[in-house]
Amino acid sequence: MRALLVGILMLLAMSAAHAVDLQGEELARYHALNAELRCLICQNRSIAESDAPLAQDLRAIVERQIADGRSDAEIKQYLVDRYGKWVLYDPPLDSATIILWAGPFVMLAIGLLVVFLLMRRRRGAPTASPPLDRERLDRVLDEQARDADPDSSEERS
Amino acid sequence: MRWRLVLPILIVFALIVLLGYGLTRRPDILPSAFIDKPAPAFDLPTLASDQERITVDDLKGRVTLVNVWASWCVACRAEHELITAVSRRTGVPVVGLNYKDTEANAKRWLGRYGNPFAVVAFDPTGATGIDWGVSAVPETFVVDAEGIIRYKVVGPITREEMNASLIPKLEQLKAKGS
Repeated sequence: MRALLVGILMLLAMSAAHAVDLQGEELARYHALNAELRCLICQNRSIAESDAPLAQDLRAIVERQIADGRSDAEIKQYLVDRYGKWVLYDPPLDSATIILWAGPFVMLAIGLLVVFLLMRRRRGAPTASPPLDRERLDRVLDEQARDADPDSSEERS
Repeated sequence: MRWRLVLPILIVFALIVLLGYGLTRRPDILPSAFIDKPAPAFDLPTLASDQERITVDDLKGRVTLVNVWASWCVACRAEHELITAVSRRTGVPVVGLNYKDTEANAKRWLGRYGNPFAVVAFDPTGATGIDWGVSAVPETFVVDAEGIIRYKVVGPITREEMNASLIPKLEQLKAKGS
């Protein structure tokens, strides 16, 4: 137990040693930007989450550029110039990403259209029940009553 | 009535084609941001000597292959033989970009496996690698005589890729330049 505590403390100390020299609003921008940039090695993580060497390098670049007074847009552009729009987790709307942005709404529209057509067809269907053949119904019911009665009395006795 | 039977089959078939296409793609290989753009500037010492430097201007004047490698990179050793073969078969010089390595390790690697490079730029911090959009070694760039990047291989070169696309691309660029 004590070993575990010491381990955790050492880990905390290590992460503190890696802490960035930014403060306040700049630190908030640093974290926000890191969360928005995709790691190129482990591609389903942001560079904030990833501990790949490249992610560490990219975090260092973000830190240095914020310290140099660059804007978020400039820092993103710096990375897009090198790695393509792929590094952005929030891709801009353009001709290459139009399917990504419009796709869900197109699918929703198709789904609504199908539902609408089905409902219209159902409403158009005949609602009146077919005419009842009372004579035949009586006959069938009589036959069933006659068949069922003797059987059940025999079984019981 | 007939089309109600055929339509679901068509939809399933279209889905199979679409999913099959999705399966054969390699989502981990990203399109390069640098195709048909000038090679990013760099100015690095060579591995051979601290006095010598190599810059992006040294790439101009002829078709070159720029191979990003490191002694710690296992895949680089796998493609080492093919890089040598490409250079020998096409006569295109290979410029090495030694990425995040130590001088001693890099030199030992070249001594052990052979040196396919005309010159090696030494980039221990990886700063030039980031300027070139390198996400993982090895990566190989084809740079034409004007210093424009024309083709890029991410990851180790395979024999199929070498014969099917890399060598034809180099020959085509060489023919255009002369």
